[in-house]
Amino acid sequence: MAGLLGKKLGMSNIFTADGNRIPVTMIEVGPCKVTNVRTVERDGYTAIQLGYGEKKESKTIKPVLGYFKKHNLTISRTLKEFRIDDVSPYKIGDELNTSFFAEGEFIKVRGLSKGKGFQGVMKRHGFSGVGGTTHGQSDRLRAPGSIGSSSYPSRVFKGQRMAGRQGYESVTVQNLKIVKIVPEKNIILVKGAVPGSINSIIELHKK
Amino acid sequence: MKSLNEILPETKATTEFPKFRSGDHIKVHVRVIEGDKERIQPFEGDVISIRGNQENKTFIVRKMSSGVGVERIFPFNSPKIAKIELLKEGLVRRAKLYYLRELSGKAARIKSKK
Repeated sequence: MAGLLGKKLGMSNIFTADGNRIPVTMIEVGPCKVTNVRTVERDGYTAIQLGYGEKKESKTIKPVLGYFKKHNLTISRTLKEFRIDDVSPYKIGDELNTSFFAEGEFIKVRGLSKGKGFQGVMKRHGFSGVGGTTHGQSDRLRAPGSIGSSSYPSRVFKGQRMAGRQGYESVTVQNLKIVKIVPEKNIILVKGAVPGSINSIIELHKK
Repeated sequence: MKSLNEILPETKATTEFPKFRSGDHIKVHVRVIEGDKERIQPFEGDVISIRGNQENKTFIVRKMSSGVGVERIFPFNSPKIAKIELLKEGLVRRAKLYYLRELSGKAARIKSKK
């Protein structure tokens, strides 16, 4: 669905009129430029490509630079496509800002989660560890336990959950309520947490 | 990281409180909404901790209520706080007075400033 690009600014909290505290994530949203429009005739599908942020000319590779020069646009740092059914209201160079969303609306937010590095099975998959330190057992508190049977099948099944790299993957959170929109600063306050670190790029999707 | 006050200046608490510190004895006037009526409920006790900054700043008030220790955490920005009265300034040597939880009776008193 259609959406916008933004940057996570951090978390805070605001109070409702009756004094309840709401945890909010502050996201700088847009302004995004429409950098390309995909049509069925040319591309086989419909989508709009949005650009967010700024990038130095010297840091941009030439094919991208050429594309932006051709359409007389400032260079965007991030480009992302959003699949939509009807692309007719959009053309290259259009600007989208926070007015795309309304206060009280529920949205879907996608981001790249924080990288956790190489993690064991307890943190990564929620295993409970092998347990006790009695009966001469030691050093097994965070161990995965058995990873399979013996002579049959004589191998470890594919997909066996083990230790490994955790985080730094795309994570989507559904149904986050927009608590407040500050249009003059291009900032949206969303109830609850959003994946990723501060300053990471966030996709906000209309439901 | 940007603070919320920069983004939404109107969220900054407008009520002015007297400056108090850990160890002070204060009375917090809390707005309580019952049905459609609003009344003020005071909560009187010692400040045992002040933590956080800007919009996330909170303080903890501890009091003894019929022999049982009761603690309440108040955000400084909370619209539920109507007023804070500073009753007694305490003389303490640390910022977090969690050790008071282990003490009772005479030992749990805080010396007040002359």
